[in-house]
Amino acid sequence: MAELALTLGPVFFHWSADRLADFYRRIADEAPIDRVHVGEVVCGKRMPFSDSVWPAVIERLERGGKQVVLSTLAAPATVRERLSVEDLCGTERLVEINDVSGLPSRNGKPFVTGPFLNVYNEASAKFLVQLGAQTICPPVELSFAAVGAMALKCPEAQFEIFAFGRLPLALSGRCYHARIHGLHKDACQFTCEKDPDGLPADTLDDQQFLAVNGVQTLSNQVQVFCPAPAALASKRIGRLRLSPQTCNMVEVARIYRQLFDGKEEPEGARFALSCLDLPGTLADGYAYGKPGWQVTAPA
Amino acid sequence: MELVCPAGTPATLRAAVQAGADAVYCGFRDETNARNFPGLNFSRDELIEGVRFAHGHGSKVMVAINTFARVDDVDIWKKAADMAVESGADAIIAADFAVLDHVARNHSQVRLHLSVQAAAATPEAIGFYAAHFGVRRVVLPRVLSLQEIAVLNRAIDVETEAFVFGGLCVMIEGRCYLSSFATGKSPNLNGVCSPPEMVSYEDEPDGTAARLSGFTIDRYGPGHPVGYPTLCKGKFKAGGKTTHLFEDPVSLNAGGMISGLKAAGVTALKIEGRQRGKGYVSEVVRAFRKALDAVEHGGDAVDIDRLLAGQSEGARQTAGAYEKKWR
Repeated sequence: MAELALTLGPVFFHWSADRLADFYRRIADEAPIDRVHVGEVVCGKRMPFSDSVWPAVIERLERGGKQVVLSTLAAPATVRERLSVEDLCGTERLVEINDVSGLPSRNGKPFVTGPFLNVYNEASAKFLVQLGAQTICPPVELSFAAVGAMALKCPEAQFEIFAFGRLPLALSGRCYHARIHGLHKDACQFTCEKDPDGLPADTLDDQQFLAVNGVQTLSNQVQVFCPAPAALASKRIGRLRLSPQTCNMVEVARIYRQLFDGKEEPEGARFALSCLDLPGTLADGYAYGKPGWQVTAPA
Repeated sequence: MELVCPAGTPATLRAAVQAGADAVYCGFRDETNARNFPGLNFSRDELIEGVRFAHGHGSKVMVAINTFARVDDVDIWKKAADMAVESGADAIIAADFAVLDHVARNHSQVRLHLSVQAAAATPEAIGFYAAHFGVRRVVLPRVLSLQEIAVLNRAIDVETEAFVFGGLCVMIEGRCYLSSFATGKSPNLNGVCSPPEMVSYEDEPDGTAARLSGFTIDRYGPGHPVGYPTLCKGKFKAGGKTTHLFEDPVSLNAGGMISGLKAAGVTALKIEGRQRGKGYVSEVVRAFRKALDAVEHGGDAVDIDRLLAGQSEGARQTAGAYEKKWR
């Protein structure tokens, strides 16, 4: 059986430079993770705050034996944002492409497609493989069965499933943090930094439902998908992606590693994860072809 | 500029053509198009007849095959494209790499338009689709301002088409999974958003609750008109406030921006609403035909808001992202 690997996805939230540096220091030193994505994905306006931390973070992670992937913006719009995508895609390190804008400047060099790039079928996956796609992490709304079917039909790529964290559900040109605070995106005052796991948006009947993070909308629930290693292997899915939240991500990674190593059963892993300080209740509906908010984990 | 109008049924297609549409767009009666509603859309024979009628009146027909093909079933989408071409369609509107690639390889004589569901908003993305698939026109995401569209048009070699009337997505189209999160069905997978079979209205002591999949999206007091619980137009509690967090229940009307869109280099104006009846489509198309003709002939601006006062279902209208303050 091929080795199963863990990916730490990019941080979606507006964390301070200090918080990012501390977070990745622990990940580098302690987390049993193979691959770590770094960089801003959601909002180009945040980039000046974090740009300075990345060189040291990357060095530390690589010294810790991690493969570093440079993530790129999911919805570049301004000239500065477009240039950042172009610059990152021109580098020799592996990059994560989250918008078609990045494909021309990647120019055949290997890349990862993130969950913001619409890869729904084997023909699209093969098209991207021709351009250099090595790992494909499809949109979160695709089921485990659908990703597995794609993986079996497109053995040229490695497939990755979004397994842990608030689900990235939508992007907009409009900033909802700014809107809630009566501001516009162009003068937003960076109010999103007050919500390091996103700002919960409940329904009128106080049902937990969504969370906003600037221009991004996420689930309030935390995706916790814990497949048995044999189930992953049977579908040729080689990676699970863990998406950073403020809870103890080193512990999250350890739990998934124990699941991979057969030291923990899926149900035990789910229970252990549920005991962490998560920002919402558990969900895994998407993995089973159900509405994303539902909890449907089988035994 | 070209006026591109919705046709959910053969009767609506004829109505749109007779009201002055330069082109109509429609889809097949299955999950290959983003308006996959019961009672809507075209069979193969209906499309052939619709193309004949439109061409007879000097109008074009574009076929939307703009959902994302399901794994293991890509042939359904490819066959839909083949059928559109065989029916004499003037253009295919697509978003999925698989569909675009198929049309580019097998039907290079047919115009390929990039659907709004592909969310291509930069010169790099649009250039990619043009280089790889020969895309001739891009339907622009509804999140760009007029100024941004003007800058974009100067940087690209393909035509652009901009929405001017009808429903308003506030999320970037094609990259929004809110509907499947709540209901299991989504625009990308199933061609539906906030599907009617998941909607319920319940009279309660504090008003009528509009729910989607059990989630209370809005509540209306006695005597207030009850709206459809589309997720992104709902009321939510966030940050200690109860608001229309994403967007008010508004619809798009950029009728006042036709000359601005023309100046920005836009080739075609698009009216949303394949789910609409022929009366609505006739009236909206006629109003936009009049307004567009006035702009094209340098005449006085037409008060399009007055012409269309009856067609917004009492909902307020907005020029959306075309005005920069929308963000």
